[in-house]
Amino acid sequence: MNEKQDKLIDKKGIRLDGRKADELRPIKLQVGVLSNADGSAYVEHGKNKILAGAFGPREMHPKHLAQPDRMVLRCRYHMAPFSVPERKSPAPSRREVELSKVIRESLEPALFLELYPRTGVDVFIEVLQADGGTRCASIIAAALAIADAGVPMRDLVVACAAGKVDDTVVVDLFDAEDKLGEADVPVAYMPNLNAITLLQMDGILSPDEFEKAVNMAVDGCKKIYEVQKEALKTKYMVVKEVEE
Amino acid sequence: MPTFFEKKQLVTPGEMLAEGDYLPGENTYVEAGKIYASRIGLVDSDNKKVNVVALKAFYVPKMGDIIIGTVVEVGFNGWTINIKAPYTALLRASDVLSRPFKPQNDELSAVLNAGDLIVAKIASYDRAHDPQLTVGEPGLGKITRGQILYVTPTKIPRIIGRKGSMISMIKQVTNCQIILGLNGVILVTGKTIEDEDLAITAIRKIEEESHTSGLTDRITQLLKEKKPEAKVEENKVE
Repeated sequence: MNEKQDKLIDKKGIRLDGRKADELRPIKLQVGVLSNADGSAYVEHGKNKILAGAFGPREMHPKHLAQPDRMVLRCRYHMAPFSVPERKSPAPSRREVELSKVIRESLEPALFLELYPRTGVDVFIEVLQADGGTRCASIIAAALAIADAGVPMRDLVVACAAGKVDDTVVVDLFDAEDKLGEADVPVAYMPNLNAITLLQMDGILSPDEFEKAVNMAVDGCKKIYEVQKEALKTKYMVVKEVEE
Repeated sequence: MPTFFEKKQLVTPGEMLAEGDYLPGENTYVEAGKIYASRIGLVDSDNKKVNVVALKAFYVPKMGDIIIGTVVEVGFNGWTINIKAPYTALLRASDVLSRPFKPQNDELSAVLNAGDLIVAKIASYDRAHDPQLTVGEPGLGKITRGQILYVTPTKIPRIIGRKGSMISMIKQVTNCQIILGLNGVILVTGKTIEDEDLAITAIRKIEEESHTSGLTDRITQLLKEKKPEAKVEENKVE
């Protein structure tokens, strides 16, 4: 393991996929890709390919899950069997159930849950191809899908990870760095309200390194937010262009 | 007290719109004295009020709204109606029959069956209860003929036009009866299919170009081309 780790960052500070420590993978976002969902988004973040579809607010089924005082947000994070090199069983794994919960909780602060009691919003996230940092990419896509469905939101939610690889703090880890690196810190963030909605850490970091990682992740979020905003506007730009 | 937008600028949820002495209008919210957008749409300010005209939204029931719904289920003493909102609405049998309802005498499915369309008014609605409908007014009740089309509920005010100018013009030229359900469902009933189709084309055009200026003129032109014999009243309300 140590032999491999030495190679993760070369002497010039270039990572395995040719990026610098503070460089993000290329990201491409598209909104409104599915016609049967109320709102949808597709994200390509490096080699990650993720589709998200949102429905609602609509009546909760089964009915006993409805809350009398607020709207319920349900998320399903699912990896396609072909999303990883070895076939993944399509049944929800422990990891997927956890990620569904984590993604739901990172999106909830952005919604006005109290506005539509007894209803539910469903978000389905389908990972078509995974290459590290899928929870962050899923949050980006899910936030766009909800906004596209016309559900009122306090802010869009952006997410980005940072971590430690070969004793260096780097941003936006991909699969190999995630597996062989020392630590991974995914952060979800609402840029306009300057609020963090998800903060996890896997691995060991010193307090200084942790602070640096969080700051780098938030900076990454801000960059991705610009792309996210643009993607959402592009779908509705047609309307605006006609107006001009 | 600055504002951070140009008139009719496209904004996304979370964009800060104004600070200080402004009032939050539609699709906006206040957090720490600042006004933010909560939906994707076009910003506009009216005196001190900042509004966002949403480009995508869903219908939220309001008391007194005229809506068009579909019967989804016949129950024991009423019907459940899909009104294309987050909540399904209820229509009580006694309201339709306008006399006390006796289950042994009346067969509900003979009056309204699943799949039937109705024009109704929202009689009551609050956070704790699903909306109740009523058909006990002239013009309301079961739809027997005509064509239905769906638009985004936010576009309905544009189709109506200022003081009803747009819709009355379409009605006049096409000789159609048009009922605009505020939930984004529109019923067009005309004497011929051609008349109905023309009205639908006009409404679709309004929906697509709802945020352009001079739309009334273009709709007038479209109607004139398709139906030169009809007199288009040139009342420039816009």
